[in-house]
Parts: sequence; C-alpha cells; structure tokens
Amino acid sequence: MTSLSILSVAIAVIPLFLIFFYSLAQGVSSLNVDFFIHMPKPVGETGGGMANALVGTAILIGLGCLFGLPVSIFAGIYLAEYGNNTLGQTVRFFTDVLSGVPSIVVGVVAYILVVIPMKQFSALAGGVALAILMIPTATRTTEEMIRLVPQSFREAALALGIPQWKATLKVILPTALKGITTGVLLAIARAAGETAPLLFTALGNRFWSTDLGHPIASLTVFIYDYAKAPFEDWNRQAWGAAFILILLIFIINITFRFATRGRYAENKN
Amino acid sequence: MKQQTYHIGDRVFKTTTMVFALFILVLVFLMGYEMVHGSELSLKQFGWKFLYTGTWDPVADEYGARPFIFGTLVSSFLALILALPLSIGVAIFLSELAPRWLERPISFLVELLAAIPSIVYGLWGIFVLVPWLRITVEPFLLAHADFLPFFRGVPYGYGMLAAGIILAIMILPIISSISRDILRAIPTSQREAALALGATKWESTMIVLADGKSGLLGATLLGLGRAVGETMAVTMVIGNRPEISFSLLDPGYSMASVIANEFAEATSSMYTSALIEIALILFVLTIILNGIARLIVWSITRKFKTP
Repeated sequence: MTSLSILSVAIAVIPLFLIFFYSLAQGVSSLNVDFFIHMPKPVGETGGGMANALVGTAILIGLGCLFGLPVSIFAGIYLAEYGNNTLGQTVRFFTDVLSGVPSIVVGVVAYILVVIPMKQFSALAGGVALAILMIPTATRTTEEMIRLVPQSFREAALALGIPQWKATLKVILPTALKGITTGVLLAIARAAGETAPLLFTALGNRFWSTDLGHPIASLTVFIYDYAKAPFEDWNRQAWGAAFILILLIFIINITFRFATRGRYAENKN
Repeated sequence: MKQQTYHIGDRVFKTTTMVFALFILVLVFLMGYEMVHGSELSLKQFGWKFLYTGTWDPVADEYGARPFIFGTLVSSFLALILALPLSIGVAIFLSELAPRWLERPISFLVELLAAIPSIVYGLWGIFVLVPWLRITVEPFLLAHADFLPFFRGVPYGYGMLAAGIILAIMILPIISSISRDILRAIPTSQREAALALGATKWESTMIVLADGKSGLLGATLLGLGRAVGETMAVTMVIGNRPEISFSLLDPGYSMASVIANEFAEATSSMYTSALIEIALILFVLTIILNGIARLIVWSITRKFKTP
C-alpha cells in the first residue's frame, strides 16, 4: 500500500519534469538573441522573434499592477489590521470566490466593461482583466505577510505615541514589504501565464505597438497562435516562448518559497 | 470622560482600507450583474431552453448550450476520476509517510505543477499527449476495450480523453495540497489511538482518511471547480466539435472553449449574448462549487484547530 502511495507521487511529479525538459529540448533551438529583439517575420518566412510579445506582456502586467495592486494592498491591510469581524470574513470569502472564477469569465467581464464602451480591443482591457485576476492572490498574501509581523512591533509603536495609522504605514508595512513584494511577484506570475482573457480584450498584434488604446501582443497569445500554426518553425518558436514563460514563473515561485520559508517555519504551531 | 484619543488619521485610514476591501465584494457582484445584463438578449430569446437544446447555429442565430455543458461536465468528471486516486495517494504520502526532509521538496514540486500556465499544458498536449494517444493508447483501447461504449470510433488523438487527461494533471496539485493540509489538521491523537488499539499503519491511515472525508470532499470540489473553468489546455486538445458523443475518443467542446474560440469573432449581438450567457453559466457554476468547497474546508480546519 505504501508503494501505491509512492507510485502516485511518482506519477504526479513526472509530468512536471516531462513538460519542463520537453519545452527546454524543443525550444532551445529557437532561443537566441534574435528571438528576443526581433519582430515576428511574415507568414511563411523562417526566423523572426517575439519582441513585441515580450513588451506587450510587460505592458499588460504593468497595467494589471497599476489597477490591481492598490486594491490588493489596502484590502490586505484592512483584513490584517481591522479584519477580525464579520465584514472581514465576508471579504475573505469573496476573495476566495473571486480566485476561483475562471479566467475566461474575467475576460468576458473585461470585454463588457472596457471593450464595449471603447468600441475596440485594447491593452487597457487586457490590463483590467489581469488586474481582476491578480487581486485575490495579492490580497491574500498581503494579509498573511502583515499578520506575520510580530505584535510587539505594533505595541512598541503605539507605546511611543505614534497614531495607529502611521504605525501601520511606517512601521508594519515596511517590515512586511519583502513578503508583500514576493506575494505580488506570485500574482504577477499568475497573470503572466494567462491567455484566455487576453484573446478578446487585448486581442493580439503582429506589429510593434505600445499604444494602450489598441490591441497589443502578448507572450501567451504568441504561444497560442504559433502553436496552432502549420509551420514547424513557428511551432519551435512557440516552444521557445513557452520555455521562457515557464522559466520566469518557476524563478518567481522559487523566490517566493525562499523568501517565506524562514517566516513560515517560525510561525508553525 | 475621555477613554481614548481618536486620531482623525486613524478614522480616515481605516475607512480608506475598508473601502478597498469592500471593492472586492462589489467587484464580484458587478461581474455577475454585467454578465446577466450582457446576456439579456439571449436569456429573453431562449430562456431555459438554452440549457438543453443542442443547436449551435450562428448563421441562423439559434443557440443552445447542451453540447458545451456536456463537454465541460464529462471532461471535468473524467479528470476527477483520474486525478482523485492519485491525489489522495500523494496526500497520504506527504502527510503520513514521508520524512520531513522529503516532504517539503515534493510538496514544492507539486505546487510548481500548479504554477505551469494552461497554455503550456495545451502546447504539451498538442505535441506530446495527442500523438501518444493517437498512435499508442487509442488504437490499444479500440482493439481491446471497444465492448464499452466509451471506446468507440476513430483514434484522432484529439478528443474528450485527451482533455480529461490534461485536466487531471492540472487539478492534481490542488486536490493533493488541500487534502494534505486536511490530513495534517487531524490531530495525531487519532493515529496514536488507532495504533494503540493494534491497527496497522495502513489501517490507521484509513481511519484518518475517514475522519477527513468531508475535507477531502471540499478539496475535490475545488479541483472540480478548477477543471470546469480551464480554458486553453482544453481548447487545444478537445477537438472543438459541438456534438454529444458517449465515446471518449470522439472530439467534444467545452463551455470555456467555445467562448475562447468564438468570442472575438462573434458577429451578431445575439451571438455575443449567447456566449456571455455561457460565461454566466460558468460563473455561477464555479461560484457554487468553490463556495461550497471553501465552506467545507474552512469548517473542517476550524473544527480541528480548537482543542
């Protein structure tokens, strides 16, 4: 019976290595400097890069942070400092519910809220969709990181006569900042990997564009388009881009692990 | 008599943060409202028929979501059947059997599996899983198991089976990490009592599993919730055919896939409205699943935390 258990762990973990090393093997042939700084070539020509997709994803994530992080951080502060009541519980519950909403549904909402009034697809709509997706993760980690700050900090600050709001902003928050940053990175990792909501908000763009009011390329939609294509060269590029994406996400996750490992070990009881 | 000095800054700060916290609440309701409003055309035109009619005809503006609901449910339940035993096995290993130095890295690896984006799973599905199914697995099933109605037809590779397998890999981390937490939350006194009465390690594990069964149900529902909403990986391997078939080898279509494929090109307002209604169905479905699951998991872990 123990062996069955170990077997399931093996079966569970194998796909991880399979996917990671397969994408490395398939994608490494298309990973060169050109891939990162050149634009996609016209259909049928080999070569070309994904520069517009990289920049597009960066812009979309930037917008997502701009719209989503203020909400997350302040909501996280509320939940950690003032949130031990029914309202806090309700907000936590709805945050969890929001984290379970499929990303495609969030995309539809962003379409209704941004694309329809603007009468066109745009990076802004994509940013709104990503912001909604980032909010639950970032809120939860902000709350947890602030809770991890020892109560003695708060008491010391208040004992010195600092008003509570100043104590939170100038003492508690900076102490928790490292953890909050890694939590935000985690939310960014999730947003960076999203494809479905971008398909009809930011849409995609084969040309260089940094205009927020127009469609914009992104790494994930790049992978999607190139994966479906009948050209082998494009498929290879899709693998290259996928490898970069996984690498980025893994690095962020490992960083998060390292940054929070010590703290969680202290608080485990 | 002044008890405390209320600094005006405190009031402002608390209110400001509370507004942002409330914003999250408002956001969820806003999402629901906007989707209901956006699907009004379709709701008025088709009513409840939408849920059980099978025509999806953009040319004639006739829409029915039955094939998609079927596709979503079948692929998700298939994923659950495949993933649940494995997840429980992993959870048992991580909470009962593994030594500390092994448990942390393995837990971390399982969480990394959860972090892989859907599109990468889809990519892997197209180029690795589907060919494997088409060349090895499906011909095998057709040769040996076709007395079952699930394994009939042509080995395309793409289809419900591929979608189920990919979804299973994707929901395994969620179910196993929550199950692991549930099992950990059960006090060691339970295991010790069982062992003291002469049970084997395995029998005591069974007892712990029975104790945590509602929590495991919660974990399962959360996994189901994720499977239902999964878009890209499913879209890339399910075959995208809006028809119902009992064979797992046949292509299908899920709710998330039809939105992903057709939303950007929906020409008429009825078309868009029908797609928004499908999004609404997904929204409600995942809220129900996640809501119930969270309530169960919360009450379980709280029950075991109080001494």
